[in-house]
Amino acid sequence: MTVLVFSLVAAAIAFLAGLIGSLTGLGGGVVIVPALVLGLGVDIRYAVGAALVSVIATSSGAAAAYVEEGYTNLRLGMFLELATTAGALGGAYLASRVSPSAIATVFGIVLLAVVLFSPRGGHPVRSPSGTDRLAAWLRLEGVLPPGEGGMPYRATRVGLGFALMVLAGVLSGLLGIGSGAMKVLAMDWAMRVPYKVSTATSNFMIGVTAAASAGYYLTAGYLDPGLTMPVMLGVLAGALIGARLLRRVQTRALRMLFQAVVFVLALQMIYNGVGGRFLR
Amino acid sequence: MTATDPIRPAPTVHAKDARRLERQVAWLLRAGVTVAAIVVLAGGLAYLVRYGAEPVQLGVFRGEPEVLRSVPGIVSEAARLGRRGCIQFGLLLLIATPVLRVALACLAFVRQRDWQYAVISAIVLATLVASLFRGLW
Repeated sequence: MTVLVFSLVAAAIAFLAGLIGSLTGLGGGVVIVPALVLGLGVDIRYAVGAALVSVIATSSGAAAAYVEEGYTNLRLGMFLELATTAGALGGAYLASRVSPSAIATVFGIVLLAVVLFSPRGGHPVRSPSGTDRLAAWLRLEGVLPPGEGGMPYRATRVGLGFALMVLAGVLSGLLGIGSGAMKVLAMDWAMRVPYKVSTATSNFMIGVTAAASAGYYLTAGYLDPGLTMPVMLGVLAGALIGARLLRRVQTRALRMLFQAVVFVLALQMIYNGVGGRFLR
Repeated sequence: MTATDPIRPAPTVHAKDARRLERQVAWLLRAGVTVAAIVVLAGGLAYLVRYGAEPVQLGVFRGEPEVLRSVPGIVSEAARLGRRGCIQFGLLLLIATPVLRVALACLAFVRQRDWQYAVISAIVLATLVASLFRGLW
C-alpha cells in the first residue's frame, strides 16, 4: 500500500469514528485503535499515540462549549487532574514496558466494559448532603443550573473519586482513549456530583489527561506524523460534522449499531491479544 | 460592583473573575485546535505530495528519529520547513493547548489569591511540562 492510499483509508476510518462517536456520545477514540490495528496492520503503540492526539482535538471543542455554558466545575476538574495526569503518565510508561499483545487484551476488556456499562445518566440533582471534610476544604461545590437561583451541590467521597480518576488516567495513557465514561462514573457515582456537571467536567479533563500521556508518547518516539496526520484530521472533521447533525438525527438505532461494532472489535482484540498475534 | 453594596458583596467579584476565566479558556481551546489543525494539514499536504507514492511501513515498530521526538528537535525541523517536522510541530501545538489552559488557570488562581488552587494547578502544569521535556535532562 502506498502512503497516499494508506492516508486516505486512515482518514476515512477516522472520519467515520469521529462522526459516529460524537453522534452516539461514546467517543470516537474507542474504535480508532482497533480499526488501525486490526484493519490496517498498524503497530498498536503507533495507533495509541495517534488516538491520544485525536482525543485532545475532539474533546477541546466540546469542552469549550460546556465551559461557556457554565456547567464545567473548574475547581473540581483542576483538582482531579492531579489524579488523571499522574495516572496518564503511569499508563504511558506501562505501554512502553508491556507487550503489544497485553495492551490489546486490556483494550478488548475495557471496550467490553464500555459497551456494557456506558453511562446513561439522568439522576436528579441531589441536595448538598456531602459532609466530606476534604470536599469542604477544597470547595468542591457549585450550583446547577449555573447562575442565580441554581441548586447548590457539593462533592462527597473525594478519596474514592480520586482513586477512580487515577485509574481513568492509566487507561487513557495505556490505550489512547479519553476514558470519558470512567471519569463520569468517578464524579457522578462516586462523588455524587450532578450528571450534567460530571459530563461537562469530564470533557474538560480529557484534553489535559491525554496531553500528559501524549507528551510521553511524543518523547518516546511513538507519535508518527505520517499516521497521526490523517487520523487526527479525520476524527476532528467527523466530530465537528457529528456535532452539527446531532439535533437532526435519530441516534438510538445508531447507538445500538455502534455498540455492536465495538462489541465485535472488543472480542477481536482479546482473541488476537491472548493468541499473541501482536508479538513482533 | 462596589464593596459597600449590601446585598451582593465580594462573591460577585469572584463570580465575575470566574466568568472571565471561563471565556478565556473556551477561546484558548478553540484557537489552539484550529491553529494546530491548519499547521498539520499544511504539513500533511506537502508530505503527501513528496512521499505519497512510497510504500507504508507502520506494521513494524521502529520508533521515530531523534529529531522528531524532542521539543527543540521538532521546532528546528519545522523551522527548516521539513514536511514531517511541520506535521509534528502541529501535533505539538495541539498537545500544548491543554498545557496552556492549565497555565492560564494557574495565573488566574494566583491573581485571585486562591493559593490552594494555584498550587494544585502548578503541580498539574509541572506534570505536563515534565512529560513533554522528558529526556532533555
